Amino acid sequence: MIKVLKPGLATSVQDLGREGYYHLGIPPSGALDQYALSAANQLVGNPAGAAALECTLLGPELEFHQDALVAVCGALMTPRVDGVEMHHDTAFSVRAGQVLRFDFPKAGARAYLAVAGGIDVPLVLGSRSTYALGALGGFQGRRLAIGDELPIGIDSGKSRAGASLPMALRQALGGEITLRVVPGLYYHRLTESAKSSFFAEPWTVGSEADRIGYRFKGGSALSFQPREQPFGAGSDPSNIVDSCYPIGSIQVPAGLEPIVLHRDAVSGGGYAMIGTVISADLDLIGQMQPNQKARFVAVTLEEALEARRSYKKKLSCLSKLFPS
Amino acid sequence: MAEYTVITPLPGTFYRKATPESPNFVEVGALVGADTVIGLIEVMKQFSELTAGTAGRVTAFMVEDGDPVEPGQIVATLDEE
Repeated sequence: MIKVLKPGLATSVQDLGREGYYHLGIPPSGALDQYALSAANQLVGNPAGAAALECTLLGPELEFHQDALVAVCGALMTPRVDGVEMHHDTAFSVRAGQVLRFDFPKAGARAYLAVAGGIDVPLVLGSRSTYALGALGGFQGRRLAIGDELPIGIDSGKSRAGASLPMALRQALGGEITLRVVPGLYYHRLTESAKSSFFAEPWTVGSEADRIGYRFKGGSALSFQPREQPFGAGSDPSNIVDSCYPIGSIQVPAGLEPIVLHRDAVSGGGYAMIGTVISADLDLIGQMQPNQKARFVAVTLEEALEARRSYKKKLSCLSKLFPS
Repeated sequence: MAEYTVITPLPGTFYRKATPESPNFVEVGALVGADTVIGLIEVMKQFSELTAGTAGRVTAFMVEDGDPVEPGQIVATLDEE
């Protein structure tokens, strides 16, 4: 068992997510950086999709009540065991009675702490991921709080302390991020000048950015082509008749600040989506800190599918390295 | 007497007061304790208090009210007393 001494800013139990219920309004949830979650799990001998802790910006303080093999991947938040610095991207042991803390993030926004055996919370609709907005899954359907006692599953024994990710499989974090976007379904509603300024200008992550959506600021307001709003659409030009929102879709309420929906998003609504960030780049968004800069670049569906293939190849390199 | 820096562990927006109408939590020259709140960091729709971290006298604020901050950035300096 692991006892939560301090919960951190927004620490939650996440696995690869809860697929198949978005049409009922239940989003996939799961780690915003799926690659980092998979890597941390495999370093400790877990299946890639075991439940781990997603530690956002300010990490938790955890007291271990049993010996455990753990690993931290994702944001560079140096883990410390009783104050002693541990390596990132490398499995290490924590003994019963020791306390694990994290430094502030030097780069990235979310560190993933995997524990051998996984965080053993009950499966809800096939997943252990927390969907806090719906009070579903994870540890009692919410972020961690002080005093929580997290049950740990059985260690597979397949890994050991010192197992580490090769440099080629570690992530580059920080700096200006390029996010690839497939324009549509309502891209045609933008004026020509809005179409070009959206892709030409740099955008800055707003401090509101969270698991539901990432808000971007600093670019020019985007204007929509004038039209008579159809029945059922709101009066603002950025409104449409309600539609389904894909994960990664970009909406621009009132044309002001683009919001990229992420894994805890609502499933539909009445804002025009001007494009969708491709699935291969969603991990990058999950690692963006407030005030970090991004540019959007348009790609074709073929390019998006090719990017997805190479992303999946990188994931399969991981699992070949640590066969479970 | 040693200089001590207060850093923010969080990125976000720094505020020196609780509401736009409130007075600042502390002014330069004020004596503070380790637990004295010197500002707020707004991130992910939450406000987190930033405490001085040590007892001393505030010598300067390196960040203005409403400025963006990044993790590890120096927000204020203190003279430890």
